Amino acid sequence: MSARLSARDLTLRYDDRVVSTRLSVDVPDGAFTAVVGPNACGKSTLLRAFVRLLRPSAGVVLLDGRDVRSYPNKELARALGFLPQEPIAPEDVRVRALVARGRFPYQSLLSTWSDEDEHCVAEAMTAAGVADLADRPVHELSGGQRQRVWIALVLAQRTTHLLLDEPTSFLDIAHQYQLLELLAGLRDQGRTVIAVLHDINQACRYADHVVAMRDGQVVAEGPPSRVVDAALITKVFELPCVVVPDPVTGTPMVVPAR
Amino acid sequence: MTAVVLRRGRFSVRVERRTLVVTVVALVVIAGLILLGLCHGAVWASPAKVFAALTGGHGESAVVIRQWRLPRVLAAAVFGAALGAAGAIFQGLTRNPLGSPEVIGLDAGAYTGALVALTVLSGTSGQLVTGAVLGGLVAAAVVYLLSRSGGVFGLRLVVVGIAVNAMLTAVNSWIVLRADLEIAIAAVGWSAGSLNGIGWDDVGVPFAVIGVLLALLASRARSAQQADLGREVAIATGVGLDRLRLQLVFIGVGCTATVTAVAGPIAFIALAAPQIGRRLVAAPGVPVLPAALTGAVLLLATDLLAQVLLAPVSLPAGVVSTVVGGIYLIWLLARKVGRT
Repeated sequence: MSARLSARDLTLRYDDRVVSTRLSVDVPDGAFTAVVGPNACGKSTLLRAFVRLLRPSAGVVLLDGRDVRSYPNKELARALGFLPQEPIAPEDVRVRALVARGRFPYQSLLSTWSDEDEHCVAEAMTAAGVADLADRPVHELSGGQRQRVWIALVLAQRTTHLLLDEPTSFLDIAHQYQLLELLAGLRDQGRTVIAVLHDINQACRYADHVVAMRDGQVVAEGPPSRVVDAALITKVFELPCVVVPDPVTGTPMVVPAR
Repeated sequence: MTAVVLRRGRFSVRVERRTLVVTVVALVVIAGLILLGLCHGAVWASPAKVFAALTGGHGESAVVIRQWRLPRVLAAAVFGAALGAAGAIFQGLTRNPLGSPEVIGLDAGAYTGALVALTVLSGTSGQLVTGAVLGGLVAAAVVYLLSRSGGVFGLRLVVVGIAVNAMLTAVNSWIVLRADLEIAIAAVGWSAGSLNGIGWDDVGVPFAVIGVLLALLASRARSAQQADLGREVAIATGVGLDRLRLQLVFIGVGCTATVTAVAGPIAFIALAAPQIGRRLVAAPGVPVLPAALTGAVLLLATDLLAQVLLAPVSLPAGVVSTVVGGIYLIWLLARKVGRT
């Protein structure tokens, strides 16, 4: 298993609240990695450290063997795409214009729009299923549509890695699965997807690799069929449960025991 | 909404058609107001006379137009653009239409700096600009530090700024009261914000400073627009956000303070121009170019109005803009408070 992106011995903290110490994680290339764990276990914090939104107080995040902090801003943005939990759309922005902002890392002072940009934006909107919404104002869209617009922005960035912080929250169940299918499809095209997911059963269904965290540490990692069992769920979530095969996919499915 | 891609060699830019139209129209209006400003005065000069004067004509009216009216209308256009741009910067940074330099105390701070230069030093043009910029930067730093904890660049900054503005205004009054009579009279006259009596000697340094700052701003405009996406997405798409914010604050304070040093605090332009501009182009965020163009139009129009209203007495432009701006501010506050 090769991993271009990895965290080495990270200490992560907000002011004086320490979230993680000596945290090391490898993100397997070309796979769908799901980070799971209870609230406030440091999942989002880890993602934020990957994309330099949080400076580790010790340790490094490596991309291709190089500290991400040593990358020029735009160069890193051409390699790692990140979608935060609640992105804010500027007032009155339309879908196409918002998706076009994903091309920022490819633009310079003199050349601010190329055919390549045009092409990538169109392709990203098609891939995310928002091409027919292109001229609509973003604030008029439903939650599910809006989330797909943001995914399109990240896709327009043309990064090998896509990092998503709870992309399915605020979506109804049908839209959750629609989004997960979209992410799995991107993985099939060779992208590396890493998403913080709340629903462990969804993680087992769609992810190739699960990273289970608790109290800022990795408790278990590996393919869901190998690592997700009743003992792990009890340990990570403190939830007594049984794990049965998902009747549709055969992947592990967690059923609370009481 | 349709976009046009303009190309020339390696240079290519994508603009909304509407922005392009608004820009052209605004430039025409600015040119028209400049011409009107050159024609208007104690004695009306026909446009033909104005063109003759500009192309090197002789005679008394040519001197009046070239030496008195021209620096004044150019100052109105350039200062208006600078104020509009500064307003767009701070309203963008604070994500609040109230987060304008004159509301959050930057004008007052610049005025304090200029007053110190005037009372303590000899008050040359260079000293005034330097004093005003330093005063504005100190005011900005104070506002920033006091509003730092918890969600910087938001409503909190605006509220702290309003308080700092009130305190600085009091300090300014105190300095004026303590000053020698002559200086006090000059300072009070200037505090109204006026382009009356501005000549070529007054505008050389400020035009150069504002020119450099606006050029810098143009080079940062795209990053600033990208920063509208919020801290997380901005950084993730490659914006060096902390450095950008620092640069923008510096440019915004520089523009505001330079104008204040020469013309005194002219309220309303920085507050209203960005909001009018963004509605004209129907663009997301607070775009800088429409704000600067609208600012130029507003200050040119305000200054003309100030000359006409009580003619032959010429009012300070700041008085007119404050009256109009006051009404706008009340409306804005009422709407904002009504919403929350």
